Amino acid sequence: MKRLLSRLGSILERDPRKDPNAVVFLLLTFGVIAFPIAIQIVTRGSGSFLISQAADAGVYVLLAIGLNVVVGFAGLLDLGYAAFFAIGAYTYAFIASDHMEFTPIHQAIHIPFWIALLVGMFAAAGAGAILGAPTLRLRGDYLAIVTLGFGEIVPRLFRNASTWTSGVNGISALDTPALPIWLNGPWSGDAFAIVQNFKIIDPLAYYVIMAILVAISVVLVNNLRRSRMGRAWMAVREDEVAAAAMGVNTVGVKLLAFSIGAAFSGFAGTFYGAKLSLVSPENFGFTVSITILIMVVLGGMGNIPGVIVGALLIYYVIFNILPGLPQQASDFANSIGATSLNSPSGDWPGLAGEVQRLKYLIFGLILVLTMLLRPQGLLPSRQRAEELQKGVHEDTTIEDVNAEAT
Amino acid sequence: MTDRGAAPPGAQAGDGAILRIDHVTKRFGGLVAVDDVTFDVKKGEIFALIGPNGAGKTTLFNGITGIFPPTAGRIVFQGREITGAKPHQVAAFGIARTFQNIRLFEYMSSLDNVRLGQHCRMHAKLWDSLFKTPAEHREEQRVTDRAMELLQFVGIEQYTHIYARNLPYGSQRRLEIARALATNPALLLLDEPAAGFTPQEKVELMGLVHKIVDQGVTVFLIEHDMKVVMGVSRRIVVLDHGEKIAEGTPEQVRRDQRVIEAYLGTQH
Repeated sequence: MKRLLSRLGSILERDPRKDPNAVVFLLLTFGVIAFPIAIQIVTRGSGSFLISQAADAGVYVLLAIGLNVVVGFAGLLDLGYAAFFAIGAYTYAFIASDHMEFTPIHQAIHIPFWIALLVGMFAAAGAGAILGAPTLRLRGDYLAIVTLGFGEIVPRLFRNASTWTSGVNGISALDTPALPIWLNGPWSGDAFAIVQNFKIIDPLAYYVIMAILVAISVVLVNNLRRSRMGRAWMAVREDEVAAAAMGVNTVGVKLLAFSIGAAFSGFAGTFYGAKLSLVSPENFGFTVSITILIMVVLGGMGNIPGVIVGALLIYYVIFNILPGLPQQASDFANSIGATSLNSPSGDWPGLAGEVQRLKYLIFGLILVLTMLLRPQGLLPSRQRAEELQKGVHEDTTIEDVNAEAT
Repeated sequence: MTDRGAAPPGAQAGDGAILRIDHVTKRFGGLVAVDDVTFDVKKGEIFALIGPNGAGKTTLFNGITGIFPPTAGRIVFQGREITGAKPHQVAAFGIARTFQNIRLFEYMSSLDNVRLGQHCRMHAKLWDSLFKTPAEHREEQRVTDRAMELLQFVGIEQYTHIYARNLPYGSQRRLEIARALATNPALLLLDEPAAGFTPQEKVELMGLVHKIVDQGVTVFLIEHDMKVVMGVSRRIVVLDHGEKIAEGTPEQVRRDQRVIEAYLGTQH
């Protein structure tokens, strides 16, 4: 074990025993591999739903990793991140379903999933660049408002441009991703032979693809962080005037961060659309943007393992704990003999009903408590931890340069 | 300090001016912070800009570096007009600066601060950074080596991996100089580099300034303290209320009646 650790240390350029991030990465890798096996054993082979849900969680992990580039690295508050998610998903819907037959084009387009991933990614990145180019000259709060507006406009556009998007109904029956032939096997719903049907049906296949995509993303984003660009983002985040005076094209690097974030969102959106086989404007509202932001902030802004853990945890709370809470509350009441709590009377909808009503209050409380107890996030970056420890450093704006002009 | 960028040697060959401030005016609303100021900085010299508080010295620096472009007038650097250029372009042209109130990247290590300074001299594209190509790896290595060299040059190599904000005050000023030198400038603007220094530290700093000039970098500094400047630069311009009131050698400036009045007030 010791040898393995030091081996890993040389890969990570640091001793994992001294670097909590490496430990987290190690645990995550182990967890990702062990999860489907453990689930199948525990549920005696009927864990498909949970594995499918884990693949969905992976979508949020991708989103969080991408938003972390924007918020955590470059310090740009993006409140409309779901817009790019929508663009990715709709791009896939347009280019990989029969839908285009019902639009003025009258010609269905079927681009393979693997190419569509890239198309969705570049479509979102392009949208990010178009939105970012005029707005990234703005500072701080203004940018947040503009992105907020963008996040509202995009789903609305997809809803109202019904000639092209079939409006509120969304687009359904998107193509199922197909694995390359050489990757076929029982996990893709096929026999081991090379067969005609390459479709990915098994949730496990989605899970594996997701895990691979996340792993690749982590490596790439980590490379970026340690590069010339990563330094420039950090510098811009800390002091834009000084960064510009040192030769950093601040608008350019911010635009790049914004577009890379958007690219991740589009990428995740494409995967999401393909897995769900359905896109609808309702899936990309403000709550989605905020949820992703919560994942990043709560996990530990700027720290990749942190945001991954944050994404998984928040996903688990929102999609697993909260929906099951009413039932659990009512069961609990029954088990302690307080059955009367469960019977509705007057304004009281029964304990299950009440918990159902209050579940977002409970979610809010969890968030508030976490941020009070651990304001730097669960696994903060070194910078972030120190910033909060020593008091937030004052945000110097360009006016200050002149204020002290002598 | 090898690998100096091949800056076109004082494009205006005749007079050897590296920087020409040509009738520069800067207004903020009704306030005229810099009023029709003209002077040259010659290549290879240590040039000083002095003046009492509020004279417009930093405003002029901000004008040169593109943070606040001048309202009127021209700024010519190495024969090229740079009036209105963006700050990062000015840095790329070869003008680096420090700030009067230190503006380091506080939560980056000294090493990263200096590496960041080399940003505009690096060539790695997004692709290189994403995939850690061999070229990117080599460049990072080169940039790191150069950064270590610069930290050593300014004498703070013991703080290489320490966050900038945790450095002692004097070392922070030195780090800012190292970061500015990392952009490989032909002209270095120092905004009150000795502010808050003890006399001993001031002497050491002036030693560093001489070392920088010896490397072929022209130094243009703002200083509040006349005594510091007198010892280090051979030519001085004095600003008061945005106007140039004197220019010349330290001796000439010291005896100038208007300078004495500006610093000590008019005798009644």
